[in-house]
Amino acid sequence: MQRTVFPAITLALAAVVGSAIAAPVNYKTPDEVAAFKPGPNLEVVQGNCTACHSSDYINTQPPMKDKKGFWQAEVTKMIKVYGAPIDDADVGKIVDYLAATY
Amino acid sequence: MFDRRDLLKGAGLAAITAALNSSKALALDTVTLPFANGDRPLVKYPQKRPMIGLTARPPQLETPFAVFNDGPITPNNAFFVRYHLSDLPYNLDPDKFTLEIKGKVDKPLKLSLKDIKKMKASEIVAVNQCSGNSRGLVEPRVAGGQLANGAMGNARWRGVPLKAVLEMAGVQAGAKQVVFGGLDGPVSDKTPDFAKALDLDHATDGEVMLAYGMNGEDLPFLNGFPLRLIVPGYYGTYWVKHLNEITVIDNVYDGFWMKSAYRIPDTPNNAIEPGTAPKATIPINRFTLRSFITSVSDGAKLKAGGTTLRGIAFDGGKGIKEVAVSTDGGKTWTSARLGKDIGKYSFREWKLPVKLAAGSHELKVRATGNGGETQPDTPRWNPAGYLRNVVETVRVTVA
Repeated sequence: MQRTVFPAITLALAAVVGSAIAAPVNYKTPDEVAAFKPGPNLEVVQGNCTACHSSDYINTQPPMKDKKGFWQAEVTKMIKVYGAPIDDADVGKIVDYLAATY
Repeated sequence: MFDRRDLLKGAGLAAITAALNSSKALALDTVTLPFANGDRPLVKYPQKRPMIGLTARPPQLETPFAVFNDGPITPNNAFFVRYHLSDLPYNLDPDKFTLEIKGKVDKPLKLSLKDIKKMKASEIVAVNQCSGNSRGLVEPRVAGGQLANGAMGNARWRGVPLKAVLEMAGVQAGAKQVVFGGLDGPVSDKTPDFAKALDLDHATDGEVMLAYGMNGEDLPFLNGFPLRLIVPGYYGTYWVKHLNEITVIDNVYDGFWMKSAYRIPDTPNNAIEPGTAPKATIPINRFTLRSFITSVSDGAKLKAGGTTLRGIAFDGGKGIKEVAVSTDGGKTWTSARLGKDIGKYSFREWKLPVKLAAGSHELKVRATGNGGETQPDTPRWNPAGYLRNVVETVRVTVA
């Protein structure tokens, strides 16, 4: 066991100083902190949207006059263009949540 | 991990803590971009200084605009990040990395990073700008990544011309386009994988490059390590990151990211009446001409008297002929002195000493390109919020 300690430290140091020693990148992004706002059907939204992207994709969208139309178009795009496997029964619930909450 | 400049820029102890605990969730502070719903966290990612966080998964980071006043080259740790799809190659091994060249070629190739680095290297200074840069400033507002003006950067790229690699493979007669794919991909196999295409004559112009170096270092992971496509003068959507697949085809590529996404109206100025839909579209291509004041931010309070205004200008590759500045809301204009020319695809610095009397001033900057074109006084509009290049205005109060 002890024998493995030294190389491990060497590698860690090498990574810190940006040495040319090649190794898998093992890049770590910060933990995801953005969360959906509370609202109706929140669990349906969490279950469907977060598989592919963080909630800040929604949170940063501009305030639109026709909220329902805007979010309906976005959800339709996710299904038709990006292949999101959203049940027909959930589509209305998601649109309602987004229009009411964002 | 972080440099003195980060500390000087005021992130201070938070930045140190951030750098040492980079896997922890970190919002160092927040910034408010100049449009409705513009609050954003400042976030710290490995290899990056505190950046404006747009989205976490996939990561999208905007450069704080003050960085552009530090010089014409954007530091690697401040360069913007844009991904489309969430499955990033976080564990890629540069020793096992290969770039495949296939399709309508005589000799399909698999090149390691070492193979590529053994080839004759070339360098180019070029701006990369996200197609969606400045989308948040578009009125009426449109869906998409809501960015201010920080999804752009200028770097010295080092690599090999794509032309040299294609010559090694031997492009066959009848070839029309070259398609580029990277190691990042979708979470669901029903989502179209990201791929972009260039016409063969563009791909073999000698300027389009496969880059492994950026400002004298390896590419940062989030900027496409270990290899990315450089398409000088063209929007960032073509600059495929983690590039591992080049396919020569004898037709026009019709994948989603070319055929349906990243399209602009096929009108003379690529604009349409706000709120309407275009009749016909073409793929987005070259940058529009832009210029910015970097030394003074909107809403700043200045002392009466003399000050030197500074900024940058760039275009799609003709180069900058003139930058003019107005301190009276556009009534009168004065030519600024241009900085050193470090390439026609680069940011071009400018500066102008001005005298400002007490009161409110609208500072404006307007570039003219070597082709004679200039920037419009009113913004163009298209449904995706691309191509913004209106004359920018900075409002200041002088006392």
